[in-house]
Amino acid sequence: MNPKHPDLTINTDLARQILTGFIHSEVTRTGFTKAVIGLSGGIDSALSCFLAAEALGPANVLAVRMPYKSSSQDSLDHAQQVIDKLGVASLTIPITPMVQPYLDANEGISSFRAGNIMARQRMIVLYDQSAVFGGLVIGTSNKTEILLGYSTLWGDSASALNPIGDLYKTQIRQLSRAMGVPEAIVAKPPTADLWLGQTDEKELGFTYADVDPLLYLLVDERYTPQECVDAGYEEGFVNKVVDRIRRNQFKRILPPIAKLGQRTIGYDFLYLRDWGT
Amino acid sequence: MKLNLAMAQTTAVLGGVSQNLEAHLDLTKKARSNGADLLIFPELSLTGYVLQDLVPTVAHRPTATDPVFKPLLEASKDIDLLVGFVEEDIRSRFFISAAYLSRGETVHVHRKVYLPTYGLFDEGRFFAWGDRISAFDTRFGRAGVLICEDFWHSSPPYLLWLDGADLFLFTSSSPGRGLTSAPALGSSHWVDRVLQAYSALFTSFVAHTNRVGYEDGLNFWGGSSAYDPNGMEIGHGPYHEEAVTMVEMDLNQLHRTRARLPLLRDERTGLIMREMQRILNSKDAFNGR
Repeated sequence: MNPKHPDLTINTDLARQILTGFIHSEVTRTGFTKAVIGLSGGIDSALSCFLAAEALGPANVLAVRMPYKSSSQDSLDHAQQVIDKLGVASLTIPITPMVQPYLDANEGISSFRAGNIMARQRMIVLYDQSAVFGGLVIGTSNKTEILLGYSTLWGDSASALNPIGDLYKTQIRQLSRAMGVPEAIVAKPPTADLWLGQTDEKELGFTYADVDPLLYLLVDERYTPQECVDAGYEEGFVNKVVDRIRRNQFKRILPPIAKLGQRTIGYDFLYLRDWGT
Repeated sequence: MKLNLAMAQTTAVLGGVSQNLEAHLDLTKKARSNGADLLIFPELSLTGYVLQDLVPTVAHRPTATDPVFKPLLEASKDIDLLVGFVEEDIRSRFFISAAYLSRGETVHVHRKVYLPTYGLFDEGRFFAWGDRISAFDTRFGRAGVLICEDFWHSSPPYLLWLDGADLFLFTSSSPGRGLTSAPALGSSHWVDRVLQAYSALFTSFVAHTNRVGYEDGLNFWGGSSAYDPNGMEIGHGPYHEEAVTMVEMDLNQLHRTRARLPLLRDERTGLIMREMQRILNSKDAFNGR
């Protein structure tokens, strides 16, 4: 049985209007005019960069490339294509000299740990450059990876605002094409680029094309896991995805504060970030 | 008789009543010089929408002694106004309210009766429920005001209709949601359908204004619109942009439409009362609030 395939197609003009408006509003109302983005060479950061350049003007966007020594040349080249096409400001800051001493001091460190260290080092560079450039860090996490927890806490997940976090990976591709992100970036297999030949889909054990419709049914349409199985999804796959969503909730919220007083941040001290603006 | 109605789709400083008041007074001057008789603002236009713990700090009373309403009432000497605000009553209950101001007086205040407290909404946590739905007389005929979720229930517009309203003034702070391949968001698509249905079913004028701008990740989609008693759209503002959309309402259309289609004449209110009583008295009765 072919699984039920909901239509995830979006109106890209409308998405573009709402998301550029969001970036402009949420950057400027805090007194900033600029944004900083870590450009990996992948599609998510490319799309965030396109949106930010359109929202704020390319001169107000700083794209930072932060290669590690094993990062592929393709990643650097693809990031450069985005920089050239948009005319945004750019910097290249290799992270090898920063992370290598720590890696060398921890012999036999796992690729999991090394990947997290690199992601967090890039966060440090990005936030420091945001202080120099005077811009806010724009997030590059999509809805698929946020739900699956496929990110490094306080690493690539760290940002001041995230324009693309409610778009599934397949929708990211659709909007990227509509906005003119170079096809080489849109078409290539997504990768965290931590080692040669790594791809998201190999690491996750399923494809975005398979998991996005399932996530959409579970989250957006509120299907129960059993209803997804009844709709044709393989039971083991459904259970694996449901479990990942639950286990990774901690990455989607701020750390809980132990309540003692009458009024506690996070529970009954409630204000939007846009308070007073 | 003609009514030149202006629908303002504004953004707001969240909790910044004085800045929002200035914007209201500016737009009022402009609308008046453009020949508007009535200018309507969105839900909570003076405060912003996701107020949470700001609610008690932005509340006002729609009287001439209130520092926010004093200049608004002054401005209403030349043009009628409908403004959205947080109302604090004398026992310090807080309501989502809309005040109709005309010729220096507060003519009517509607307190939102349906507070959505589900999904992304949390109004019931912070606000008291209004408990009155009534029409009121204006210099353009009898009107009724509802706020957002109020008109997602069909009974409040129906009650206003029976109470004599021929002009329905609806206001919203509707967060945009439901992005699909369609050219408009699901939220705006459904509001337009509902408004058009009310205008046709009640053979009345309907005008709706909705705010724009952002609050954190929420976008507000604007898209003010107005419909005549035939259910025809007579004006539509842009989506997602600040705008003031003017419509000319030919109030004589009420006469012409109802001569053709006497839905109001034939409405069987006695039947409804009897059936309502039977339903509510039955042992399986659905007893709402």
